[in-house]
Amino acid sequence: MQEFLRLKSIYKSFEGVRALKDVDFTINKGEIHGLVGENGSGKSTLIKIISGFLQPDSGKIYFEGKEVSHLAAGETTSWGVQVIYQDLSLFPNLTVAENIAYNEMLEKRRPFIDWKEIEHIAKTAMKKIKVDIDLAKLTEELPIGTQQLVAICRALTSDIRLLILDEPTASLTKKDINNLLGVMRDLQSKGISILFVSHKLNEIFDVAENITILRDGSTVGTFPSKSLTNDSLVELMTGKALTQVRHSQAQISSRITLEVRNFSKRYNFKDVSFNLKEGEILGIIGLIGSGRTELACAIYGISPPDSGELVVNGKPARIRSVQDAIAAGIAYVPENRLVEGLMQKQSVMDNLNAAIMKSLSHAGYIPYPKRLNQASLWINDLNIKVSHPMVPVQTLSGGNQQKVVLGKCLATRPKVLILDSPTVGIDIMAKASIHEMIRSLADEGISVILISDEIPEITNNCDRILLMHAGKIRAELDAAKIQPSDLERMMSQF
Amino acid sequence: MFRKILRQNEAYVFLLILALSIVIGMRNPSFFSFENITGFLKSYSMIGIMSVGTLFVLILGGTDVSFTAIAQVVEYAVVVLIMKFGGNIFVAFFEAAILGIVLGLINGLVIHKFRVPIIIVTIATFNIYFGMLYVITKGKLINNIPQMFKDFGNILLFPQKSAIGGTYGLSLMPLIWLAALILGWIILRKTMIGRGIFAVGGNEIAAERIGIDTFAIKLFVFGFVGFLAGIAGVVHVAIVQSVVPNIIVGKELEVIAAVVIGGASIFGGRGTIFGTFLGVLLFAMLNNGLTLLRISSYWYSVTIGAIILIAITVSAYQRLQRAKTNVKVQIQE
Repeated sequence: MQEFLRLKSIYKSFEGVRALKDVDFTINKGEIHGLVGENGSGKSTLIKIISGFLQPDSGKIYFEGKEVSHLAAGETTSWGVQVIYQDLSLFPNLTVAENIAYNEMLEKRRPFIDWKEIEHIAKTAMKKIKVDIDLAKLTEELPIGTQQLVAICRALTSDIRLLILDEPTASLTKKDINNLLGVMRDLQSKGISILFVSHKLNEIFDVAENITILRDGSTVGTFPSKSLTNDSLVELMTGKALTQVRHSQAQISSRITLEVRNFSKRYNFKDVSFNLKEGEILGIIGLIGSGRTELACAIYGISPPDSGELVVNGKPARIRSVQDAIAAGIAYVPENRLVEGLMQKQSVMDNLNAAIMKSLSHAGYIPYPKRLNQASLWINDLNIKVSHPMVPVQTLSGGNQQKVVLGKCLATRPKVLILDSPTVGIDIMAKASIHEMIRSLADEGISVILISDEIPEITNNCDRILLMHAGKIRAELDAAKIQPSDLERMMSQF
Repeated sequence: MFRKILRQNEAYVFLLILALSIVIGMRNPSFFSFENITGFLKSYSMIGIMSVGTLFVLILGGTDVSFTAIAQVVEYAVVVLIMKFGGNIFVAFFEAAILGIVLGLINGLVIHKFRVPIIIVTIATFNIYFGMLYVITKGKLINNIPQMFKDFGNILLFPQKSAIGGTYGLSLMPLIWLAALILGWIILRKTMIGRGIFAVGGNEIAAERIGIDTFAIKLFVFGFVGFLAGIAGVVHVAIVQSVVPNIIVGKELEVIAAVVIGGASIFGGRGTIFGTFLGVLLFAMLNNGLTLLRISSYWYSVTIGAIILIAITVSAYQRLQRAKTNVKVQIQE
């Protein structure tokens, strides 16, 4: 295979902090190349150097075998390098056609625009990956999977030779992911190289021929994906062997804390019934669009169901609002912690205390030491890595932010804790520590509902598993008796 | 097709205008007279011209409140300049345009360089521009404005003799408003700069990433706002034929309200020239209708407030309805 781009011993620092150290990277023509590494391992810095947004401090860059002394911004674009960022960088208020054609119109540097030309550019790009999207629609009206395709079409308007996809599947449904992987293979068959960055290792294994692993800003190496297994890849990424222990269910009592009876909500879910025992971890596995999050929001009173009953500790509970749910001892950690779970600009302390302000206060006043002590308690308990309780939450890493959300919920002393995809987008090590925390909470007698679409997360941590698909519960499984591969097979039937 | 039209804000404003004109026209048929229509179009020309600039800023994603102060300053300055150095109406417009653009560019420069919210910067510059005007002029009125402003303001197309002996007809002022609308439409719809304004208003980070010069876009928008405010200042002096240094300021909320009624989003990225025109037209008709129906002009602000509230409620209600019927999960049996 012919080499397209090669980077040799790249160094890059930001204000004295070393982001990349002696990084080697090579991508061949027509190759799908996976790039993996934990958060902070230097993936985004490397992408920015390849795309010409950042200059390396030192190192050599070879383009088609020839050394280039200096990578100017925009120069890589002329070689046909395009990046699609995780947030897609689309214009929600513009039509599909305009979004796709914008780059090319901009490059033509003409003051006036021609709407027919825009349509033509968009159609040509869509033809390249054989998709058909309504060109007159505003992009914000499209589902996220289709928006992803719009972003790809936009990249295809130029003479593209290397497409960089940064976490493209993070918020896609299974069907959209398969579709996207298909598009990637299709582009590959046209001789286009693809650099694929993802946290989801199974997808990397699915399409990538070679995988480059970064750890702490250095390359661990580049390996053919056939030579790696999931476990060996994780070990190379983290530098530690990760032994996954299954949760034992000795502590579960027979007391039922929560019972959901015939929950139904139009356009959300239908006829859902289950119960939850004290100290039990109940897994709900289902993909985006299965109704799992909608169900959690209904139990927590964010969007109450149309019909159905809820029984908490043997007593019927009428939960029509979040306040009702908290009073009934139910806590919920949302999937999108950044939007729903945290006040990003406020301190760790205030976030941890947010749900219990009332019980901390005397006649509306909360003394500072009391707030500080209360928050420090959780910071210690959950091992949140923070220099001081007063720093804003937004400065914390993803895993630590997730712990803050968890702490905020636990402060209300809930009997039932609903966790919606608690480890999405966080590091493997942080993930393991959150799993451990969930188990110890269950050991203390808290009943946990763990919602996820990640099979090992469910099988390793849960006592019982509910399989949810298209708004209904399709199966109830004993976690001790099911193999991850069996669960995978069951899920793929839908 | 019909449903798509109904979904657009313009349709509601249009229906409201239609209903209002029927009601007013039935109570007082002179509402539909050539004299009356040309009259209220003329008196709303200044607001109409400034509304185009406001639309641009709203699409960009912010709210400018300083444009009335710019118009006020320019009006005063140009009249003084013409009195001192002479010149015809074209010279006056030229001076107004230059001065307006300069004051607008100062806004744009500060907003981009220091990344401060548009509304904060323009509240500050509003006070500076307007305050400086008072410091320098001590609030003195100018009653004896040069004759050429009056002549320009009195030009009438299709002149008619009225029953009580005066003449009426189509003033040039609404035509300047129309020109501003057309210019705005061409920029927004046909130029890369115009699309860039939409792009920045839709997603500024994405705009920067694909190589749109966001600084240039912002400078253009605020320069354009200043330009229109300058023109509006001259139009104003031609209509009222005297200079009162605090008569234009205070109109900014009415202008913003008219543009928002016309469908521009206060969150940026959305808005049309046609909607903006309808919004101003609605306000003009309302003001005129109340006079014709002999209702106290105090009711004008009450009515405008009510319309804004209803418009916001309706669109919020539509959004809630849409969210409710939004199929989140396709339930299979």
